[in-house]
Amino acid sequence: MKRAFEIIDHTADVGIIAYGTDIEELFCNAALALFSLITEPESIQEKAHLNLRVSSDERDSLLVEWLNELIYFFDAKHILFNRFDIESLTQNELNATCHGEGFDPMKHKIKRGVKAATYHMLELDKNSDGYRAQIILDI
Amino acid sequence: MARWQGQLIKIDDYRWKIPENYKTGMRVPGLIYASKEMLESMREEQTPEQVANVAFLPGIVGYSLAMPDIHWGYGFPIGGVAAMDIKDGVISPGGVGYDINCGVRLLRTSLSEAEVRPRITELINDLFLNVPSGLGSEGKIKVSQKEMNRLMVEGARWAVKRGLGFQEDLDVTEEGGCLIGADPGKISDKAAKRGMPQAGTLGSGNHFLEIQVVKEIFDPHIASIMGITEIGQILVLIHTGSRGFGHQVCTDHLRVMEQAVSKYGIKLPDRQLACAPIESPEGQDYLAAMACAANYAWANRQCIAHWVRESFSKTFGKSPETLGMRQIYDVAHNIAKIEEHTIDGCKVNVCVHRKGATRAFPAGHNDIPRRYKEVGQPVLVPGDMGRCSFIAVGTEKAMRESFGSTCHGAGRVLSRGAAKRSIRGMDVIQELQSRGIVVKAGNVSGLAEEASQAYKDVTKVIDVVHQAGISRKVAMAIPMGVIKG
Repeated sequence: MKRAFEIIDHTADVGIIAYGTDIEELFCNAALALFSLITEPESIQEKAHLNLRVSSDERDSLLVEWLNELIYFFDAKHILFNRFDIESLTQNELNATCHGEGFDPMKHKIKRGVKAATYHMLELDKNSDGYRAQIILDI
Repeated sequence: MARWQGQLIKIDDYRWKIPENYKTGMRVPGLIYASKEMLESMREEQTPEQVANVAFLPGIVGYSLAMPDIHWGYGFPIGGVAAMDIKDGVISPGGVGYDINCGVRLLRTSLSEAEVRPRITELINDLFLNVPSGLGSEGKIKVSQKEMNRLMVEGARWAVKRGLGFQEDLDVTEEGGCLIGADPGKISDKAAKRGMPQAGTLGSGNHFLEIQVVKEIFDPHIASIMGITEIGQILVLIHTGSRGFGHQVCTDHLRVMEQAVSKYGIKLPDRQLACAPIESPEGQDYLAAMACAANYAWANRQCIAHWVRESFSKTFGKSPETLGMRQIYDVAHNIAKIEEHTIDGCKVNVCVHRKGATRAFPAGHNDIPRRYKEVGQPVLVPGDMGRCSFIAVGTEKAMRESFGSTCHGAGRVLSRGAAKRSIRGMDVIQELQSRGIVVKAGNVSGLAEEASQAYKDVTKVIDVVHQAGISRKVAMAIPMGVIKG
C-alpha cells in the first residue's frame, strides 16, 4: 500500500509530503502528518468533534489554510486531532469534522511545536496514482 | 538539493557579491558577508539563490544583504537584510518571519562564577518553576482582552507599569520596548486568542534562558560601560519572541499579501516572498499588526527578566538591586523598521527588513540610549547552548554598508531531522553536564534538535562581522546553566 505521508527535512524547518487517491484523502493525510509531527497520533482518543470550515482562493492555498486552522486549534485551544471526515471540498472551500481530544500532558508526549504552514515550495499535483502535495512547516 | 552554481564575486576576504545580472528581475546585487570556508556550505544549501530572490522585491535599495549566519529559510533567507524605499517599496511579512520580534535580552549581575557555581542546580530548578516554558505552557499572568489591547500598544512598558521590572530597563531596550504605530484593530480574534494565554512564557524550539559566565573581554572600556568588568562575572541571557501571537499575525497577513501580489501586479520568484507596497492599505495594516506583535515580544521578555531577578533574589537572599541585576540591552532580530539611511549621499526613509539579523547602530546615533551614545548600540549574539555567546557594538561602517545591521546568532547547519537521527537528547544533557553546564528541558528529545553540532560555530560568525567592520566584539560568555522549553 502506498504511504499516507512522508516527513522531509529542511534545514530550519520540516516538510510534509502527503498522498491521496483522491483530494479528500490528501487533505486528511496532510492533517495526519501534521499531528504526527506534534505528538504520537495513536495516543489521541476521539472524544471531541469539531466542525471546521476553511476557504481560500486556490486549492493549494486552501491546503495551507487547512493546516494553519488545525495549528491554531492546537496552539490556542490545545486540541489534538487524529481523524478527519471531509464533508465537502471544492476548489476554494473545505468543510470537515475533526475528531480528537484536549491535550493532556500526562498522556500526550509533545514532540515539537509547529508555528505555521507556509507557501514556500508549496506543491499540489495530480498524476495517474492520485494526488501528492508538499508543504513546508515553520517549526 | 543541488549545489548552487551561481557567480560570487570576491570584494575582500569577508564580502562576496552576487551580480545583478545573475537572474533577470534582480533590482540590486546581492552581498554576502562570509569567510571563504562558509561559502561552501552556503552553496550546498542554495542560500545565495534566496539572497538573489529577495533582490526582486520592488523598491529594494543598495543590496540584498546576507549575514554570515545565513541559512535557508522560507522565502527570505534567515540572516537576510533588505531595505525598501518607503515611497515605492514593499513590505513583506516573510522578511520578518513568523516569530515577530524574536530577540535577545541580556542582564548583568555583580555575582561571580565562584558564588553561583555551588548554587547553580538550585537556581536553574527555581528558574524552571518560575519562568513558564515549553509547549502548551501558559503564563502566570492572566491577560484579559482589554489588557491584551494595552499590552499590544505599550509593549515592555505594560509590564513595567505592573511592577514587572524597572523603568531603566526600558531605556536600554530597542525602541524603548514599544514600537509606535501598533493598532489592535488590525489583529484577528485568532491571533489574540493564541496570544493571551501565552503572554509571559519562554516557549520552545530554539528559545532558551541561559546563565552565563564572562570568559573573555575584548574591549574593556566598552564592556565597563555595559557593566561587564570582570572575567567570571555572571550574566543572564533571555532568547524568546512573540510566541503563537506573532505566528498568527504572520499567517493572517501572509494570506492578505498573497492576494495583494496579484492586485498590485508584483512579480515574485517565490510565493513566500508575498508583499504589498508599504504605503498600500495592506502594507500599513501589516505594519500596524507587526508592531502589536513586536510589543508583545518586548512585554514577554520584560516579564521573564522580572522572574529571573526574582529567582536570583530568592536563591541568594538579596534584592535584585544588591545583586547588580541591571539590564545591558534588549535587541529584536526578526523585525521591519522604518529608518533613515544615507544612500548615495541622500537621506532616505527606508523599511529595513531584518530576518535573523540585529540592528547595529553606531555611536552618536539618535536612536540609541544615552548610556551607549559614545560607544554604539549593544549587539547580542547568542550561540548554541553548548558553546558561547558574544556581545558586540554597532559601527559607522554598518550604518554605511548594511543599513545598520549585523548577524544574530550561529545559524543552523544540520536539519532538525538530521540532528535528531545523529544525536540523542539524553547524550546532549550528559555531554553538557560533563562540561559543567546544567540543563533543564521540558522536552528532552527536542534537545537533540538544538545540540551544538546542529549549528555553525558562532565564533566564526562573529569574526566575520568584526573583520568586515559591521560590528565590534566587546565580550564573550559561556553557559553555566540552560533552560530550554
